[in-house]
Amino acid sequence: MSNVFIAFQANEEARPIIEAILADNPGAQVDHSPALVKIDVPKRLTIKRQTIENLTGQPFDLQQIHVNLVTLSGHIDEDDDQFTLSWKH
Amino acid sequence: MDTRVIKRKLGLKERYAAMTRGLGWETTYQPMDKVYPYDKYEGIKIHDWDRWQDPFRLTMDAYWKYQGEKERKLYAVIDAFAQNNGFLGISDARYVNALKLFIQGVSPLEYYAHRGFAHAGRSFRGEGARVACQMQSIDELRHYQTETHAISTYNKYFNGMHHANHWFDRVWYLSVPKSFFEDACTAGPFEFLTSVSFSFEYVLTNLLFVPFMSGAAHNGDMSTVTFGFSAQSDESRHMTLGIECIKFMLEQDEANVPIVQRWIDKWFWRGYRLLTLVAMMQDYMLPKRGLSWKEAWEMYAESNGGALFKDLARYGIREPKGWADACDGKHHISHQAWNTFYNYNAAAPFHTWVPTDEELAWLSEKYPESFDKYYRPVFEFYREQQQAGNRFYNKNLPMLCTTCQIPMLFTEPGDPTQIAYRESRYEGDTYHFCSDHCKEIFDNEPEKFVQSWLPVHQIYQGHCFKPGVDPTAPGFDPLAAVLDYYELEFGRDNLDFEGSEDQKNFQRWRTGAA
Amino acid sequence: MTIDLKTRSIEPLRATYAHVAKYIGEGRIPSRYEEATMGAQPMVNFHYRPTWDPDHELFDASRTRVVMSDWYKLRDPRQFYYASWTMTRARQQDSMESNYQFVEQRGLIDKMPAEMRQKVCRVLMPLRHVAWGGNMNNASVCAYGYGTAFTAPAMMHALDHLGAAQYLTRLGLALEGPDALDEGLQAWLEDPIWQPLRRYVEDTFVVQDPFELFVAQNVALDGLLYPLIYGAFVDDHVAMQGGTAVAMLTAFMSEWFDESSRWVDAVVKTAAAESDDNCAVITQWARAWGTRAQAALQPVAALALGDAADAALTDARAELDTRLTKAGLA
Repeated sequence: MSNVFIAFQANEEARPIIEAILADNPGAQVDHSPALVKIDVPKRLTIKRQTIENLTGQPFDLQQIHVNLVTLSGHIDEDDDQFTLSWKH
Repeated sequence: MDTRVIKRKLGLKERYAAMTRGLGWETTYQPMDKVYPYDKYEGIKIHDWDRWQDPFRLTMDAYWKYQGEKERKLYAVIDAFAQNNGFLGISDARYVNALKLFIQGVSPLEYYAHRGFAHAGRSFRGEGARVACQMQSIDELRHYQTETHAISTYNKYFNGMHHANHWFDRVWYLSVPKSFFEDACTAGPFEFLTSVSFSFEYVLTNLLFVPFMSGAAHNGDMSTVTFGFSAQSDESRHMTLGIECIKFMLEQDEANVPIVQRWIDKWFWRGYRLLTLVAMMQDYMLPKRGLSWKEAWEMYAESNGGALFKDLARYGIREPKGWADACDGKHHISHQAWNTFYNYNAAAPFHTWVPTDEELAWLSEKYPESFDKYYRPVFEFYREQQQAGNRFYNKNLPMLCTTCQIPMLFTEPGDPTQIAYRESRYEGDTYHFCSDHCKEIFDNEPEKFVQSWLPVHQIYQGHCFKPGVDPTAPGFDPLAAVLDYYELEFGRDNLDFEGSEDQKNFQRWRTGAA
Repeated sequence: MTIDLKTRSIEPLRATYAHVAKYIGEGRIPSRYEEATMGAQPMVNFHYRPTWDPDHELFDASRTRVVMSDWYKLRDPRQFYYASWTMTRARQQDSMESNYQFVEQRGLIDKMPAEMRQKVCRVLMPLRHVAWGGNMNNASVCAYGYGTAFTAPAMMHALDHLGAAQYLTRLGLALEGPDALDEGLQAWLEDPIWQPLRRYVEDTFVVQDPFELFVAQNVALDGLLYPLIYGAFVDDHVAMQGGTAVAMLTAFMSEWFDESSRWVDAVVKTAAAESDDNCAVITQWARAWGTRAQAALQPVAALALGDAADAALTDARAELDTRLTKAGLA
């Protein structure tokens, strides 16, 4: 089974995004390096706008992840409410 | 007041389509093939451009908003770094040589990518593809410019960076990245995307990014780390262009599959060869080390790349031909490359050195199968010679592989004691290669590769002297004349780190001496 | 209490990169624009001819009839490099967002007379496609032009055009909904009013000389279109008749035209001043394309302004001619 992954800069703005990913993706594993947080999930990873908004108490546009996103792996599917990475094999 | 109801509202995908592909039309006053003259000649068949998927639906206003935010943050860090003499916080002045390699060999590639994506951004018939290419074009300009600005501080205080663009067009080892990217830019737009967006920015990207950025982080260079992360988020969009383009070509017509496979084979191998310089940087130029090249290869190429090619198998795509040889090379290429640069350091505008005992121990530990057996003895011998006052510099010129243009330093897969030699004959001449894969690349496109501007050949043909130089004059020193053509400052830009101006200056600044 | 701040004074070895100093002078500290632009483009020792254009090198000044001893003379007076361009546009998009909020909260679109909304769509929606043409042509200039000073702002300009096209799209969706976009495309393809302009745009798509293309698109076409549509039609006509919302929601376009005209004029002026030959060839292009553009815009002006069309178009041409005379064209 292959992992998909996503990595963010380790800063204040990215923290609720990372927390939301860990909450919504059982099986997620976090790796901390200098200034970088990488999250691996088998096969499929979803980021939900609602979860982030619940954490921050502020409206959140999923496109905001671009500001702190570092890299990712997997096929992307996105709409107003969710952003998903997955492999099809 | 009239109550007005707008009858139909658009969903996210449709709205984005209205903002991009809805802007285009089939021309009638000029034939479509004349308006788009470059997107059919490669033989790639596209039946329905409407099937192109836009994964990141960034309209220009969102692009400006988020990129503007990123730039503000990035330049705040660059400014702070410059104001506070942040370079004094790096581990050791030898680290700066990694940045020299970067500004000489990577930043110009960003510029080529900017222009190449402009061409692709005009050439494809599909509007969605053009928009993605144009955004990438301006992103790559961003990378060239932010790198230039971030490294500007270092350039003020250290040597080996100030003439980077001039060197890029002339100096022997820089023809490796130059020819790589020119090969991509001079190819058609579909091959260009397969080469850059897919092979380089999807399959191999982490092997360029992680070594430099984690190297910077481990060695106290927060400016470069910040730049790296900021740029890499653009890369996420670029990666999706790469994977989308590959899927699109493969899904449009079965006849595209063998063409795409051949490109994947070619560009995986050319990309892998280009990364030799990065491997060497990662294992030898970082005073404080993180991952070894071998570890990075195993993590990012073998496991991540493995997952990718499993995914593409359903289209009939297999792993690139050179995969096994590239994996074999992980034990060797960094050491072989450093050995070469150590030898040729008189002609290269950055410093080299023999690793410290601590560093040799790290190398032994990270390379249990190869280092102590094949490479440690070489470096220990060099150290002996240096200590006896014989730090030598090779004054001959190496034979280059015609395709990748790297000196013939690579060994046979499975036998690191044998240099690998291959050759082809074409129209009465013999051409030389470092591997089966470089030979095959040549054999598939000989008309292209016979044009290569091979630095060593060009030197011997007398094309690497300044105007007015007379090679027949008594006492003529060809190597000195070449270094002059390079505009390399002898004794400042080149030679061993020991005794260099960089070393002396850094020592002086760090201890606070006036 | 005295605070003794001892700063370490470390003397730099040099001010900047040699490929920048070559253009700005030794020992001078460059602006960010200069440092990021000067000398960026590789110029010699190319390895392979483009398979898509084997008659030229990858970067080749001979693709154009204009001759410059130094293409880096074509500086952008706005001094846009990526960061300053993006941050400027980010502020502008913020301002457009505020305008949208203002208009929506007060129901200003609903308060517009229906015929006005429909007329605005009839005039502005086909212009989405003209802006798309501007995007394509400026991407060409970036791809095939010579020297970073000239080509980098062209890609910014291409994306600015895309931004304008997207603002127009958003406006159409707000005024009349998706049907307006479909009708705009139909008109663009079939309505006699739009055919001369569409023919003009498609003819620009096959211009090979990147400098001629720059003139045909950025000087001649936009030089007339913008004052006519965003000046005479939107600001002077629509806004005066209850359509202030439209002026607000197209504010980006007028602002951008004024700002980018500084770049366009500087390029023309510098290139024309280089030699009599350049001046002659650029003048000839400006005249020929200018005359064609004016004729192509005639029916569009009539649609937008009725009886006031001729005067508006004549004014726009006079404005353009003044700019070009100031830029040194004959």
